[in-house]
Amino acid sequence: MIQLKEISKKFGDTLAVNKASFKVEEKETLVLLGTSGCGKTTTLKMINRLIEPDAGQVFINGENITNQDPDVLRTGIGYVMQNIGLFPHYTVAENIAVVPKLLKWDKEKIKVRTQELIKKLHLPENSLAMFPHELSGGQQQRVGLARALVTDPSVLLMDEPFGALDNVTRTSIQKEFKGLEELKRKTIVMVTHDVQEAFELADRICLMDKGKIIQIGTPKELLYQPVNDFARKFLAGQRLALEFKVVKIQDIWPYLPKRALQDGKSLSADLNVWDAMELLRSSDRSELLVSGANKDSKTVNFEQLTKGFNQFQNAQAHG
Amino acid sequence: MRRHMDEHQQTLWQFMHEQSDKLFAQTLQHVGLTFISLLFAIAIGLPLGILIARKRKLSGTVLGIAGVLQTVPSIALLGFMIPILGIGAKPAIVALLIYALLPIIRNTYTGIIGIDQYVKEAARAMGMSQSQILLKVELPLAMPVILAGIRTATVINVGVATLASFIAAGGLGEFIFGGISLNNTNMILAGAIPAALLAIILDALLSLVQKMDFKKLKKALCILPVVILMLGGFYALPSAYGSTLTAGFTPEFMGRQDGDLGLKSTYGLKIHTIVISDAVMYKAAFSKELDVISGYSTDGRLKAFDLKILKDDKSIFPPYYAAPIVRDEALKQFPQLAETLNLLAGKITDSVMTDLNYRTDYLHLTPERVAKDFLISTGLYKAPKNGHNGVVRIGSKIFGEQYILAEMYSMLIKGNTDYEVSTKTGLGGTKICFDALMNDQIDFYPEYTGTGLLVLLQPDPKIAKEMAHDKDKTYDYVYTEFEKKFNIKWLKPIGFNNSYALMMRQKQSKDLNVNTITDLKNYLDKN
Repeated sequence: MIQLKEISKKFGDTLAVNKASFKVEEKETLVLLGTSGCGKTTTLKMINRLIEPDAGQVFINGENITNQDPDVLRTGIGYVMQNIGLFPHYTVAENIAVVPKLLKWDKEKIKVRTQELIKKLHLPENSLAMFPHELSGGQQQRVGLARALVTDPSVLLMDEPFGALDNVTRTSIQKEFKGLEELKRKTIVMVTHDVQEAFELADRICLMDKGKIIQIGTPKELLYQPVNDFARKFLAGQRLALEFKVVKIQDIWPYLPKRALQDGKSLSADLNVWDAMELLRSSDRSELLVSGANKDSKTVNFEQLTKGFNQFQNAQAHG
Repeated sequence: MRRHMDEHQQTLWQFMHEQSDKLFAQTLQHVGLTFISLLFAIAIGLPLGILIARKRKLSGTVLGIAGVLQTVPSIALLGFMIPILGIGAKPAIVALLIYALLPIIRNTYTGIIGIDQYVKEAARAMGMSQSQILLKVELPLAMPVILAGIRTATVINVGVATLASFIAAGGLGEFIFGGISLNNTNMILAGAIPAALLAIILDALLSLVQKMDFKKLKKALCILPVVILMLGGFYALPSAYGSTLTAGFTPEFMGRQDGDLGLKSTYGLKIHTIVISDAVMYKAAFSKELDVISGYSTDGRLKAFDLKILKDDKSIFPPYYAAPIVRDEALKQFPQLAETLNLLAGKITDSVMTDLNYRTDYLHLTPERVAKDFLISTGLYKAPKNGHNGVVRIGSKIFGEQYILAEMYSMLIKGNTDYEVSTKTGLGGTKICFDALMNDQIDFYPEYTGTGLLVLLQPDPKIAKEMAHDKDKTYDYVYTEFEKKFNIKWLKPIGFNNSYALMMRQKQSKDLNVNTITDLKNYLDKN
């Protein structure tokens, strides 16, 4: 659990972060979202004391971090950054082993853990002996992630972790990332300026502007209950796509026809509309069997899905 | 021409073969000097570079100071060192280390600040301490740049180390500068070729290290300090001197029959000897670094540093009467020249010359002023005529007396003829001066009969020995032979005899009761 209490940071005359407070629950992913210069990265770096706050306090698992030795604090927190920052003079294996060596793990333990991680992160076996410059951008970022995860820290900080990747690689790594068991156990604070990415990965989003927190809430809350004009406008450009992602089939359940034609494997109603549409588009199936919360099942096709979604939207707008 | 070259190469080879012991010792000294100073320069430069990479505000000052030190002429720097550190290894090592400092500091600094800031941030974020970041990230990543600096410093050091022989620190400079003074090309090459090879080889080796990948570099870097230490070890610091007195002789004196060789054969003098430059020798004697030196009998510093000439009671030092030597061509081109230059003939005695030298060397008057004062006092001075009837080119060697003589001749020519004058003073040594004359770069310069005989003509040792003690015979011989061999004319002698002399501090000479070279020999044998 991470808690920030009214932390502020000034650079010269500019107030980079202005009394920011939030709480990240255990195993929750909080995304700090905002344009560049909004203070999100500064906020993140104050959590592992790469930047020292001018005022306020930060607690990790109930402990005030200013009372801890910064180096010890940092060895206990995973950190992934946009520019990856792999050591160019270390092999992949050596890069992953940096923190374990600081913690004086024995060689065998490091080796076993490294092997485990490169399998999970789909890195080729022979890459361990390579130098970072011999890998692709996507592979480098996986190594960066492995380096942050190797000691299995309970807290993970990520500064635009996918920012340096091209669109295709980014989308596929995001997906993998979401599916990684290792990450589901962690309390994560992630910084991004990419709204899509935030909606894809966040449990809750913390929207920031000019050093201040504008709104903290689930993606759905941000979308449907924006606190002010800024929050509304921030999402306006990509609203439809975001809504498809936020709305689950369960949400539009009442607006779907009551029929269950197919037998066999059914999908969960937790599936969002976007993913359902993608399934219908990409596979040769014209209909999906979905089972809802009350164990009743429904069969939907593309047309019924859009219609149901529209009716849900109308209800939201008038409710 | 071809045959001549073959002969030449053979003799160089023969020379190197003959002198192989000395050559080997000098090369080891040279390598040792280079690496000891390099080691110190790294020990100082690396931490300084790291410091200014951390505290950037200091970088301007530190790099500025190192840069200024770098621009101090090496011989001047060596000169500054003597009052503080004396002569020999210490000042040479310090001077070399000062030259090596700038490239090492600068490259350490640029190497470290050039590292990707995200790599440093990642290191910090993973919990590495400042010292871990330095040792595991910054230094390894900056290493190729730092090595480039060390490589530059090494090559600079090999070059500057040749000058170490000026202050009795040994090295290949002994051959190079001895050779220049003695007009011995083989000797010059025997020093210069190994020095150049040394620079090329070390440069190539270090460039190999520099191009290694990180893994090999790691191993190489473990070995490098050991290698540097070992090579530095070639230069064992001179321990306690063997004899009670220490002599400092110039490279030229060391190689001459009428120098160290004669002292050994005629007097049987056995004294601990180090090779040193004329420029710093007197000061070293004054500051008791040296007890006996090979000076010149009219040198102003004799007076300035209160030194006493030991009488050459077995007359091994031949007469060195100064006279202008002129190309015959120039005498034809400038009909009034001989007459004008001879105005000075017989005018300057030993004591007058010593006094004139004293005024420039010790009272720091300009040679021009001293020359003018003298000419006025003897009634020879005339206001310049500003003539345009051709330009007479005057040369001079690189010591005070020659500058004064060149100024006097310049004034005499300007005042008595319609010729214009250009001076090329400070030609570094007999060989350079004489070559300039032979190659029509200058028209005349003041030369000494002894030098003409023993250095330029180099006759059969028997003839030389027979001639050497008679000033008139020597003059007649060089007069005839120069005309015959080189088409160069000796004009009338100026009067003074600037011969070699052994000298000691007045007080020491009195204390030990040593007044002649034989006294010195007896004293050394007893103690």
